[in-house]
Amino acid sequence: MPKKKQNEPMISARGLTKVFGDFVAVDGIDFEVQRGEAFGLLGPNGAGKSTTMRMIASTSQRSSGQLEILGRDPNTQGPEIRAHLGVVPQQDNLDRELKVWENLYIYGRYFGLSRKFLKGKVDELIEFAQLEEKRNAKTDDLSGGMKRRLTIARALVNEPEILMLDEPTTGLDPQARHVLWDRLFRLKEQGVTLVITTHYMDEAEQLCDRLVVMDKGKIMAEGSPAQLIKNYSSKEVLEVRFGSANNKSAAKKLDGLGDRMEVLPDRILIYSENGEKVLEKIVKLGLKPITSLVRRSSLEDVFLRLTGRTLVD
Amino acid sequence: MTDSKVLDRGKRLGAWYVAEYRIRQMGKWASTIFLVSFGNPVIYLLAIGIGVGSLVDANTGGVGINGVSYITFLAPALLATASIQAAMDETSFPTLEGFVWNKSFYGMNSTQLTAGQIVDGIMIAAFFRAFLTSGIYLIVLFAFGAVQVEAMPGLFLIASLAGMSFGGLMLAATSFVKEDDGFFAVVYRFIVAPMFLFSGTFYPLDQMPIFLQWIGWISPLWHSTNLSRAVSYGLEVPSWLLTLHVVFLVVTMVIGVLIGKKQFERRLLK
Repeated sequence: MPKKKQNEPMISARGLTKVFGDFVAVDGIDFEVQRGEAFGLLGPNGAGKSTTMRMIASTSQRSSGQLEILGRDPNTQGPEIRAHLGVVPQQDNLDRELKVWENLYIYGRYFGLSRKFLKGKVDELIEFAQLEEKRNAKTDDLSGGMKRRLTIARALVNEPEILMLDEPTTGLDPQARHVLWDRLFRLKEQGVTLVITTHYMDEAEQLCDRLVVMDKGKIMAEGSPAQLIKNYSSKEVLEVRFGSANNKSAAKKLDGLGDRMEVLPDRILIYSENGEKVLEKIVKLGLKPITSLVRRSSLEDVFLRLTGRTLVD
Repeated sequence: MTDSKVLDRGKRLGAWYVAEYRIRQMGKWASTIFLVSFGNPVIYLLAIGIGVGSLVDANTGGVGINGVSYITFLAPALLATASIQAAMDETSFPTLEGFVWNKSFYGMNSTQLTAGQIVDGIMIAAFFRAFLTSGIYLIVLFAFGAVQVEAMPGLFLIASLAGMSFGGLMLAATSFVKEDDGFFAVVYRFIVAPMFLFSGTFYPLDQMPIFLQWIGWISPLWHSTNLSRAVSYGLEVPSWLLTLHVVFLVVTMVIGVLIGKKQFERRLLK
């Protein structure tokens, strides 16, 4: 068992930094992850999420700062830490020539698990991944969603203390995403500590108890999804479109109608407690938006507020 | 579940788990591997051993080369070549696959396996394949009357070692390849083919012009072939040179593995 007291954090980072040449990928970040928590790193591509994940996974050495995983230093105890982690990389690296069950079995062997133990474990994981019918199929023949589920199942073979998922649903269709979320929920219910990176705000909202918003290697904000929305956005958002040529000039007349306003190339976002009321005022001003939509604030708005940019561009 | 006992076992046996995986993967090509292992010597021995051999033997007044028939002279070289080819297949392709094609090394490295264990595992599996290929080749050579029974254990070991020497070097070289842009074509055309032709394979190395002989001196194939000829039919080789042959094969393998480990670590631990 790892040398670790019950209430010590599973992961603790202080001033964690990673530099590639003269590019600072991760710029002195601090965070902690507690046992049983689903912790998210939210940010656009290139924010430093994957680099942070690799440092936690003990497959990338930090340039400076402190990092402890399960009470150990990855620079000196990489293999010991990795023995207790489950890693789902951004790109599946399954063996395409091997059968589905063989991928699980072989991966279990890497951890030094016995053939006897793996016999039962492989069956359990195939069921978890809902791949019973594909058990003996060549891995190459699976769909994208199935491969993803197999990769997640594979990461669970050593019954890890922390499961790390780098962009778990990127590239999947909506149905496959929901199946995957359901599987991850189950793990959460079982008390597995999850660390997830994503650039999908809905994914972060669905899965994460707490998250940090990252941009350009720095942490911009930290909290639960609800807290972040409360702190950095209003309750509702009104989205109006006047056509890309007219948005800017229309925005001048809308100034002051809500708490805050963001003018994007394709639409204007007005933040307020009551979106409908703002829309009424706009109509009273004699302006006629082409489309209008009132919605609740999301992490996308938090990100926009913090960085002035959208998450997915 | 991963208690300290399992952790210890993984630490000790990590390389063997990688080898287990590699051999399981070889199993997917088992029929091809066996077909090539039997077919290759049969074709060479028929075409060159017997075909060219009868010409050579006839024109040397039945003395052959080094005082033995051409097929006996040729056999050790073909054996070592086959082993080298097999070990090369099991070190170069898996390395490119692990880093580039399916990135399986990154998956392995997410477990407790280290870069060094991955390299050792690949080498163990390549050894297994070189063993298998050399063994089958020897049986065919024996059937053609090209080797004596008492020489077979020695030839088997030397051929396997030759495979590992070149396998180690290939593993090291491939570990630097970023993407497969004709790397193997270059290796086969400019390294493997000249080595095969200019390592004293088909005629003694000293019959070549001196400015080409160096290819043999730096080639694991020549070192193992010359050594094997001494074992197979008592070719006279000074003892210092016999020692040098063995040292050369072992040292090149070790150098290959060490460079490979360094580079694997660098690539995996970015």
